[in-house]
Amino acid sequence: MLAKRIIPCLDVKDGRVVKGINFVNLRDAGDPVQCGLRYSEEGADELVFLDITASSDRRKIVAEMVRRVADSINIPFTVGGGLRNLEDIQDILRSGADKVSLNTSAVSDPSLVQRAAERFGSQCIVVAIDARRENGGAAKVYTHGGRERTDRDAVDWAKTVADLGAGEILLTSMDADGTKKGYDIELTRRVSEAVQIPVIASGGAGGLEHLYEGLTEGGASAVLAASIFHFRELTIAETKSFLRERGVVVR
Amino acid sequence: MITIVDYKLNNLRSLENTLRRLGHDVRVTSEPDEVRAASKLILPGVGAFGDGIRNLKQLGLAEPFIENVNSGTPALGICLGMHLLFTESEEFGYHRGLDLLQGRIVKLPPNLRVPHMGWNQLHPNGANGLTNGIAESSFVYFVHSYYAEPASADIVLATTDYEIEFPAIVHYKNIWATQFHPEKSQHVGERLLDNFARL
Repeated sequence: MLAKRIIPCLDVKDGRVVKGINFVNLRDAGDPVQCGLRYSEEGADELVFLDITASSDRRKIVAEMVRRVADSINIPFTVGGGLRNLEDIQDILRSGADKVSLNTSAVSDPSLVQRAAERFGSQCIVVAIDARRENGGAAKVYTHGGRERTDRDAVDWAKTVADLGAGEILLTSMDADGTKKGYDIELTRRVSEAVQIPVIASGGAGGLEHLYEGLTEGGASAVLAASIFHFRELTIAETKSFLRERGVVVR
Repeated sequence: MITIVDYKLNNLRSLENTLRRLGHDVRVTSEPDEVRAASKLILPGVGAFGDGIRNLKQLGLAEPFIENVNSGTPALGICLGMHLLFTESEEFGYHRGLDLLQGRIVKLPPNLRVPHMGWNQLHPNGANGLTNGIAESSFVYFVHSYYAEPASADIVLATTDYEIEFPAIVHYKNIWATQFHPEKSQHVGERLLDNFARL
């Protein structure tokens, strides 16, 4: 059977790992290759690197990091953050990433999703959706690292990008992110029921129960978490044995 | 020396690096003569069938690859590389493949979440040099929307279940092919690549 995936997320800036709490207050925490290797040895199923480098030679810095990661890690990894066009995407894939994740650029120009899927294949195009609820109800899509609100409904947007050829959706609840109170299960469920491509739940994981809920009630194919793994509150191994005991198929 | 055929669709670093880490000599090439003279071939790949076969032909690699494999050289197809070995594909239209293996490439059923993406289990049908040391139900990494339907079930060496059962590894004479990515399948994948290198 297809296993549910556990995906640690590493935020990187200038080639170093950091972690944002609610997208701000970054703490330096190491080398991306070392962190990635540690996770992969512990049994992580995939890795996601979200790049927030702002400097003018970011393309070079990111490509170099991707090459280093690809040279030492043999599980799949996704790279996202600031990819604006087909050339940016090609750079990252040529450097050795298995997938790229698009967010702001997909919202500003949805045809990018289609063009990228046609050129590189759906399997390597992940669309990241940052969503925030309005008065606890429908969720709107946010861009620019969560700073800008759009009028797009998160569930509709998920359907749109799936139709455009995205291979996977990385859904982050901005309301839940950083709270450690669990994923937004209801939103995750609505998105995973609306599309036929895999959905990764993200934002809010604080404990084992949360990961379990995301994969079962939430209907997600994978769960992503950053700080709980990063600060060793949980290891991948104990996460997996917890899930396995509860009947979730994991590797 | 293992020759990885580079038909300019993918980055081949992971595959190359994994083989090197295992201590094998590797060459990545797009030169028809090197493909013709190779003593062991890997046809890797991920992406669309149409692009793959077009690139192979435009780079002049299809013919030397077929010639060399027909002469008995061990070959391993991976994912799209597996698909390209077959007769034909229905991926975005109709395409002829290399026809080294009889059968066709068809789409996964529409009721499933596609791509079939992630770690799924191998069910080997019997002993084979390629799967030596790989346990029943080992997890390997898949990412694909189409799968191979061989003309004869005899070439299926291992299957995987994703609501339907489909071939995860096929073997015919000197040709092996995997639907999953051994270069992304950590220790199980390393074992398989090492087995291929030692065949």
